[in-house]
Amino acid sequence: MIHTVTITDTNEKYTCRGKQHLLAGMIQLARKGIPVGCRSGGCGVCKVKIISGDYQTKIMSREHVTEPEEEEGVVLACRVFPLSDISLQVVGHLNKAVTRNQMKNS
Amino acid sequence: MAMTGILRPGHVQLRVMDMEEAVTHYCDNMGLIETDRDDHGRVYLKCWDEQDKFSVVLEPSDRAGMDHMAFKVRTEQDLWRFESNVKNFGIDTKRVAAGELNGCGERIRFTAPSGHTFELYAEKEQVGNGLPTLNPAPWPEDIKGMKAIRFDHCLLYGVDHDENIRLFTEALEFELTEQIVDGDVQVAAFLSCSTKAHDIAFIRSEEPGKLHHASFLLGSWEQVLRAADIISMKDIPLDVGPTRHGLTRGMTIYYFDPSGNRNEVFAEDSYRYPDSPVLTWEASNVGQAIFYHSRQLVDSFMGVTS
Repeated sequence: MIHTVTITDTNEKYTCRGKQHLLAGMIQLARKGIPVGCRSGGCGVCKVKIISGDYQTKIMSREHVTEPEEEEGVVLACRVFPLSDISLQVVGHLNKAVTRNQMKNS
Repeated sequence: MAMTGILRPGHVQLRVMDMEEAVTHYCDNMGLIETDRDDHGRVYLKCWDEQDKFSVVLEPSDRAGMDHMAFKVRTEQDLWRFESNVKNFGIDTKRVAAGELNGCGERIRFTAPSGHTFELYAEKEQVGNGLPTLNPAPWPEDIKGMKAIRFDHCLLYGVDHDENIRLFTEALEFELTEQIVDGDVQVAAFLSCSTKAHDIAFIRSEEPGKLHHASFLLGSWEQVLRAADIISMKDIPLDVGPTRHGLTRGMTIYYFDPSGNRNEVFAEDSYRYPDSPVLTWEASNVGQAIFYHSRQLVDSFMGVTS
């Protein structure tokens, strides 16, 4: 399965194939500034908010994503596996990196 | 007998979010051996060439990071002496009963100025290294994966750096081996309680109590390259390497466990004696100090902790 992911902050789109998590697809944008940390749900650098779409998650650190946050779709991109097309907002570290580079690019 | 007081890092207790994934990583990929489990769901592991029952404790948790790092001291008298040293330094200590960790004697527990919890103990059950003590073979068969030899050290990010280093050097009798300095400010301190290049290292930081990595010894540069092969074969998230550090000269590779705790395996670092000079790296040369070949700092390596 291939799902399209839209970063609403910048209107960029990328795809996630098969068992790729949201961060793996985003890394393939190959844009400078995408903070790739532990890719295991522990370090918290790849925090995003899902606006729409269905997804499965793997366990992620409660130090970085609280239960109420997770219920509102705030998750770590490296632990989210899309089941449909996804729209997301970048938050935290990722927000600064993604939007800063977008400004440079535009 | 030159070695007295604190002998070595005895164990590190790491928080993991999925125990079976963690056990697979540490045992199948890195070559540690499971020696016990307890009622709290903790899993006890050792590297093959360690005599004591465990050097890594995996603790089930909803987050990553280090619960505590413990040092083994030579005698019970040392334990009480260091307890008193830490108290006199102005830090509260607590005694943890023998057996709270399976096979470990009474522990002295305290929180260092850096925000990390440390423990000292004098006794731990010895189970041996899988080789006889009479006419031993050089290595045991059936060790898996990277074949880590021993748990070696941790590098920690913490607050109140100068006071923390004072605790380790004055109360716990570690010695400074290498440092990074930015003018008058010490940015990084590598400390030894032995003839190793470091038994623990601290980076000055604004967040208390963070783990940068837990490190394990390999036998050679070839073994580090073989670890790199395993990291790719097993889809382990790679951080940096294989490369060489300027600091400690170690040849190294960094990667993450399935909960996001960074691990290092390394080989062939330097050694020291109590009369060795302190080695200093200037902040202006920090790239070479950390990654000797590329001289380039890596964002994830510098910024990501658990």
